[in-house]
Amino acid sequence: MSDSDSRPAAAPDSALGALTDAARRSDLGLVLGTLAVIYAAATLLTATSGLNSVVGLLETLTFLGLVYALSALALNLQWGYTGLFNIGVAGFMAVGVYTMGMVVRSPDPAFGPPGLGLPLPVGILAGTGMAALIGAVAALPALRLKADYLAIVTLGLSEIIRLTLQSSAFDTFLRETIGVGTGGGRGMGMPDNPVRELFLVDGQAGTPTPFGDLVFGIFGDGGLGIAHPILIGWGYIGVLAVVLVGYYLLLERLGRSPFGRVLKAIREDEVVADSLGKNVNLVKIKVFVIGCALMGLAGILWFGSQGNVSPTPQFMPLLTFYVFIAVIIGGSGSNAGSVIGGLVFAAALFEGPRRVGGTVRGLIDAQTPPSFADALVSLDPVTLLAYATENIAPLQFVFLGLVLVFIIHRRPDGVLGDRIETAAAVDLSERPNGGEADE
Amino acid sequence: MSSDSNGPSDVADADVAEVADASEIADAASGGETADAETQDSPVEEAAKHTPTDVPLRVEGLVKQFGGVTAVDGATFEVERGSLTGLIGPNGAGKSTTFNCITGVHEPTAGTIHFEGEEITGLEPYQIARKGLVRTFQIARELEEMTVLENLMLAPKGQVGESAIRAVTPGLRGEVVEQEEALRERAWETLDFFEIDHLATEHAGNLSGGQRKLLEMARALMTDPEMVLLDEPLAGVNPTLEEKLLDRIHDLRADGYTFLLVEHDMDVIMENCERVIVMHQGSVLAEGTGDEIRNDERVIEAYLGEDI
Amino acid sequence: MGTTESSLVDTVRARPGLLLVAVLGGLLLVDLLAKLAGVSVGPIGGALSVDRFRSNLWSGLVIGLVIGLAGIGLSLTYSILSFANFSHGDLVSTGAFTGWGVAFLIAGFGDVPVRTLLSVRDAGSASPGDIGAHILTTPGAILVGLVAAFVVTAAVALALDRAFYKPMRDRDGISILIASIGAALIVRYLLQFVYGSDRRGITASVDASNLVFGPLGISIDAHELTIVVAALGLMLAMHFMLQRTKLGTAMRAMADNKDLALITGIPAERVVTATWIIGGGLAGASGYLYVLLRGTIQFDFGWLLLLLIFAAVILGGIGSVYGAIAGGLVIGVVFTTSTIWIPSDFNQAAAFAVMILMLLLRPEGLFGGVSTA
Repeated sequence: MSDSDSRPAAAPDSALGALTDAARRSDLGLVLGTLAVIYAAATLLTATSGLNSVVGLLETLTFLGLVYALSALALNLQWGYTGLFNIGVAGFMAVGVYTMGMVVRSPDPAFGPPGLGLPLPVGILAGTGMAALIGAVAALPALRLKADYLAIVTLGLSEIIRLTLQSSAFDTFLRETIGVGTGGGRGMGMPDNPVRELFLVDGQAGTPTPFGDLVFGIFGDGGLGIAHPILIGWGYIGVLAVVLVGYYLLLERLGRSPFGRVLKAIREDEVVADSLGKNVNLVKIKVFVIGCALMGLAGILWFGSQGNVSPTPQFMPLLTFYVFIAVIIGGSGSNAGSVIGGLVFAAALFEGPRRVGGTVRGLIDAQTPPSFADALVSLDPVTLLAYATENIAPLQFVFLGLVLVFIIHRRPDGVLGDRIETAAAVDLSERPNGGEADE
Repeated sequence: MSSDSNGPSDVADADVAEVADASEIADAASGGETADAETQDSPVEEAAKHTPTDVPLRVEGLVKQFGGVTAVDGATFEVERGSLTGLIGPNGAGKSTTFNCITGVHEPTAGTIHFEGEEITGLEPYQIARKGLVRTFQIARELEEMTVLENLMLAPKGQVGESAIRAVTPGLRGEVVEQEEALRERAWETLDFFEIDHLATEHAGNLSGGQRKLLEMARALMTDPEMVLLDEPLAGVNPTLEEKLLDRIHDLRADGYTFLLVEHDMDVIMENCERVIVMHQGSVLAEGTGDEIRNDERVIEAYLGEDI
Repeated sequence: MGTTESSLVDTVRARPGLLLVAVLGGLLLVDLLAKLAGVSVGPIGGALSVDRFRSNLWSGLVIGLVIGLAGIGLSLTYSILSFANFSHGDLVSTGAFTGWGVAFLIAGFGDVPVRTLLSVRDAGSASPGDIGAHILTTPGAILVGLVAAFVVTAAVALALDRAFYKPMRDRDGISILIASIGAALIVRYLLQFVYGSDRRGITASVDASNLVFGPLGISIDAHELTIVVAALGLMLAMHFMLQRTKLGTAMRAMADNKDLALITGIPAERVVTATWIIGGGLAGASGYLYVLLRGTIQFDFGWLLLLLIFAAVILGGIGSVYGAIAGGLVIGVVFTTSTIWIPSDFNQAAAFAVMILMLLLRPEGLFGGVSTA
């Protein structure tokens, strides 16, 4: 920032506008560039299987990238900006999506766990609000704790939330008291996705709306031959992208403001912020509540669109660590980094290895041995490879662990490097109006 | 109010006069009340009310115990407005603990602390800072990953943009940006005053020890304090910067700021402070001008062998 | 914030919460007594057989010992290396798999292929009955397995330290914590890759598996007794090591005050090495014993135990070895007796809740946290 050597010749406002524009453009460029690389790699991987597979894989990768980016942005506000080490992300997401489900689902128990039967927007608001509320309840006492204690408390809280949702006793209790259910370990079906109804009348396959007709006519059966569910999936991706832009702008504005400055100060040295008259505890609670609300909403948009939710394995602590890895990849403290981290994590670490493993397995002409020991005693590298690619899931987690350790060792500021952002609502890179320069 | 004008205007003027009268009456009424209340006070209470203007900080019978150890044992002293008061004492005399009690880092075991006539005993540090009593740290605590400008702009009180809602709501952000522009200008001026404006865009972590001390002073001033507590501001500062720093402190004092200076270096205190408070074993041993302190038997005894 | 060292002020501040907890605990105790006596007054009391309560208590103590044993290592690394080790649970699993591989090898050698035995039956269709691992029929195999669990896990812990943690000795606790999450993923999923992901039975069933102590009228499951004896033995050995040896003194000094210990010339790296060997070894042994207790094994059981182990360590006060044992016993008993009051699918949540309450109300632990080791 400090190395821009052009003196502000023009009016400072336009110079400022130009500078921020350039900064924005480079961030946007990075995001779009990342996306382009991911798309190119995915296309190469599935090119031989036809357009449908390519577009389908791109849809999966984009969806995952966006939901991870949303979650990473929310966590980045707490951890990256303020230094609050919250590893209960999965719990807050579960609270959001379950509350939404319970508010929106039909009150008729014939369709599974009963709900309140309220409109979807009410459910989304309620879910976000409930996540914020649980966040506030957790924050009030917990924020006085040291960072590693806070980590353990939030992890414990997220497990308590998961075990509670899992419990059939809790399900029964809710049904008897307020007439809604969680479905216990079996979980619950999610309300219909309105995006689907944009394409199909009442969401029924085979009865497209005029808009659906138009889209299917060009890209679907009538045109390029892409499967209709994939096209509807892209429609939902549009919604997610809009929300992501909203998250980004919200958090950027929060960060580039006096509020963001206080957050940065708290992350670096609470005592200093305190001694300068900042109410550290209040600010921490605010940040925790805002972050948890955003996590709740991210949970709704993510798992609410997946047809069915169940506490295990969807909301295991592993989910939290995924989001953490996304934030760490992008570099904690940077919003653009979180978005890129989410995209990269989803493609390169989450979905990519499975696809590559599957593709490689398809190329190997060998029986898969039933166990690692059997593969080992065969003393045949091809057989070993067959076993490894068939069991790519555990290896993927091993890889994830190695990446995490590598980043922490070598690139603690994130793969993108040091991306400390200015915490002010105005440009600080040079002196406006060229005040008295007495150097 | 002229009376020789035409009708309508007369009417208008009369209206204005009426309004003015009404407000005058209101003023008089409220003023009268205040006056009444004041007359009820005894002369002593009257005097007490005026003390704050002369003595912003008053510490009375301050005691602080840690477990079984008594670090401060009944310290009592005052700091006069516009003064540069020094607080000295041998290691373990309780200077730092006193300092931390005043600034709210420690909660006193007993005793009271008044600032500007208001009791601040046991308040949180941020509450005390907001009242205009701000501190620096013995080992300068810069926010290293923030630039010098960000460090300064963090400090001021009453920033509307510290409200999360104002910071993000489109209609309200205009006011935030306006205030930020004003703050930025003030920050630059403060940097000019301390002659570290060339460091404005540096990350504070890249500054030298002396520059950090200057920055810390500048940051404290940005809070618009009534009084500044300086915790060994010269520790680890090279002689050139030391002089600069002291010059700035004297300039600021001339502008009406009050300083309480905790310092290890006896010479600095004696040369710069017009009032000196000597602490020893948790309480105030002596109080007075540099000369008085220099010749005080008890002080000499406490500093046995040290040249004062 | 008033970071005052005055414990009086702290107590006063914490009193509302502590009071609430004390009242709640008192109520539960009254309720328990009423239940045992078969008295029922309004919501209080009910029926609870003394036998059921005794068996709850006993199994709580047994689980508690295993958790406490695992907690020792976590507590040691937490205090000496100053970070919360999230890979500790997976060290517990490591010990279980490697230890039982060796135990199987000895118990079933000759009848079943070696690779089936060493991979804890993942590579074959042998049943627990075919292998016949049981303390009463193959005591030697079970004991050697325990030793193997200790040794292999200690080696793995040391290797993890050299590869992952040693390069970050001077980093902050949170960075090392994150690295340990990475290490946890690596270890857990390597276990899954090698041993498979299915949950499977381990111990053979023996007709008369209860040992009856005639005169006392007590009958105890042989495996539970083994666990109690082994865990207490290891804890005693730990105690003597810490109190009587030079190394133990150095470890205690490091845990108490790292900087001071370094100044006084304690060989830091040697202490760290010893910490990993002992902490890792005990974690492995506890995992092995946990499987002996449960009779089944699964690649992520240690990870699922981790929060309970943390709970034990926090309860006992981080850095305190005896605290970890006591905390383990408390958590074990909470885990098994909480089912008297709440649905059984909440017992784990109850243990976590106790841990969170502890952190909020008395973060220094039950015993004050000052007493290290």
